[in-house]
Amino acid sequence: MTGGRWRDAAVLALLALWAVPFFWQALTSLKPDAALRAVPPLMAAPPTLAHYRVVVERSVMPEALWNSFGVAVLTTVVALVLGVPGAYALARLPVPGKRALLLGIVACTAFPQITTVGPLFTALRALGLRDTWAALVLADTSFALPVVLWLLTGFVREIPIDVEEAAALDGAGRLGVLARVVLPLMTPGVVSAALLVFLMSWNEFLFAFTFTATEASRTVPVALALFPGVFEVPWGDIAAASMLASLPPIVIVIVLQRWLVRGLTAGALRE
Amino acid sequence: MIDRRRADVRAGVALLAPAVLVLGALAAWPGVWVLWLSLQQRIPIFGIDRFIGLAHYRFLAGDARFWNAVRVTIVFSTVSVALELALGVAVALALQRLTRGRRLAVTLLLLPWALPSVVVGRAFEWLYHPSAGLVNFVLGGRAVNWLGEPALALPALIAADVWRTMPFVALLCYARVLGIPGEVYEAARVDGAGRLATVRAITLPLLRRVLLIALLFRTLDALRAFDLMFVLTGGGPASTTETLTVYAYRSLFQTLQLGFGGAIGVVVFALVMLVAWAYLRTMERPETTA
Repeated sequence: MTGGRWRDAAVLALLALWAVPFFWQALTSLKPDAALRAVPPLMAAPPTLAHYRVVVERSVMPEALWNSFGVAVLTTVVALVLGVPGAYALARLPVPGKRALLLGIVACTAFPQITTVGPLFTALRALGLRDTWAALVLADTSFALPVVLWLLTGFVREIPIDVEEAAALDGAGRLGVLARVVLPLMTPGVVSAALLVFLMSWNEFLFAFTFTATEASRTVPVALALFPGVFEVPWGDIAAASMLASLPPIVIVIVLQRWLVRGLTAGALRE
Repeated sequence: MIDRRRADVRAGVALLAPAVLVLGALAAWPGVWVLWLSLQQRIPIFGIDRFIGLAHYRFLAGDARFWNAVRVTIVFSTVSVALELALGVAVALALQRLTRGRRLAVTLLLLPWALPSVVVGRAFEWLYHPSAGLVNFVLGGRAVNWLGEPALALPALIAADVWRTMPFVALLCYARVLGIPGEVYEAARVDGAGRLATVRAITLPLLRRVLLIALLFRTLDALRAFDLMFVLTGGGPASTTETLTVYAYRSLFQTLQLGFGGAIGVVVFALVMLVAWAYLRTMERPETTA
């Protein structure tokens, strides 16, 4: 079995090697400026939190983190509130034109953002929503809702229908069945879909870059892309800001991995 | 019974209507509007707003910058996706035999995929730094300007994209491979099949469906990709990394030609739909549905 242990270690080492660009950025965020350009020793000087201090105290990153969090949470909530009942109807109820609707939803997940960004920009400006959370939540819902509908329709179909029939025989109406019987059984699927949609919204760049103008609504990816440098590019500060921008994805990958993987693979491995 | 069915139809429409209406307003309608927009010359800062029919498309047909963007988009997509699929399968096969540390392995794998693409862009910008970058150091203290050299920028961009998205392919294949019952491999071993023969005869055929799905997902994403090139190279140097999406963005919001940029966006959309259609045609053929 020692052969197996060595092989396991080798595989893990290779994966860690693949993740080096991330670890390198983490290391850079802790290096004092003077040591940044000295590559050979991994850590030429004692690690410092100076870059984090600059980012937290003298950049728009704190506001951006708050904006990103708010927009991602609201997008997730809106997509779930609309998507959960919709997915149940698609999976279980005799909706007219269901095949065409499903096809349309799949087509929506394939929509290039660059195609719709122009019209959305014009519309959001006309509505006076430029540089607001509302603009980003609306825009992000355009890709979050189809994902939620598609994933959850599949999850509901996997719930045995007998449970519902039993409840219906007991006299519960459709809505009662949905709220009391199906919803609790859907929870794992809802968590997976929510995580996926939260991540997509947290990471989204094109809409946020186009529809925001100030720190009132600028999200983390935008703040990071526009990170200011006066004379030189502040690589250490950028690395620190990158680490802060990566916090929610890291937490999700480590702590909520099981649900994330389920959501990721469900769409592709169905049937 | 008929009453029950009618009530079900009504409940279904009521539950689905809000989602469909919102999706119609936020996705379908902008999708139709952009078609209309692309038939107009609309440059708000000069107060220009007039119908010009297919003039934008006619212009694109003879536009060298457009054809360069088409070429860059296609090269970027095919090379990225090919590398991701090949590496993804290799990683999935390595993971398949992992007995310990599976959770750690999936964590390491998912990390690059879950990060914002802007973070990835800035990380690779630093890695590729001509004088202080890790890449040049590992290559023995060279001073290659990866992102500034026309011949190197696109490969450097593709490497960053493969780093970010290979894990998605690997994870899908890994999940599929875990679903293959152990007895199948047992039987192969009893029959005297070697490791390579087993992979070729059992694992790869069983991965075919999931690979086709990964191929579709990844190709559509690569054709639509924008963040990474916008942050990493901005389309440069000398337009060698300017994809259709970057050209469209520049036209839309840097020169503020909403109609012309819209027309390029429509081309991206047509490209995506063409790939999806070709894919569905392939999947419908009986020999590939297994």
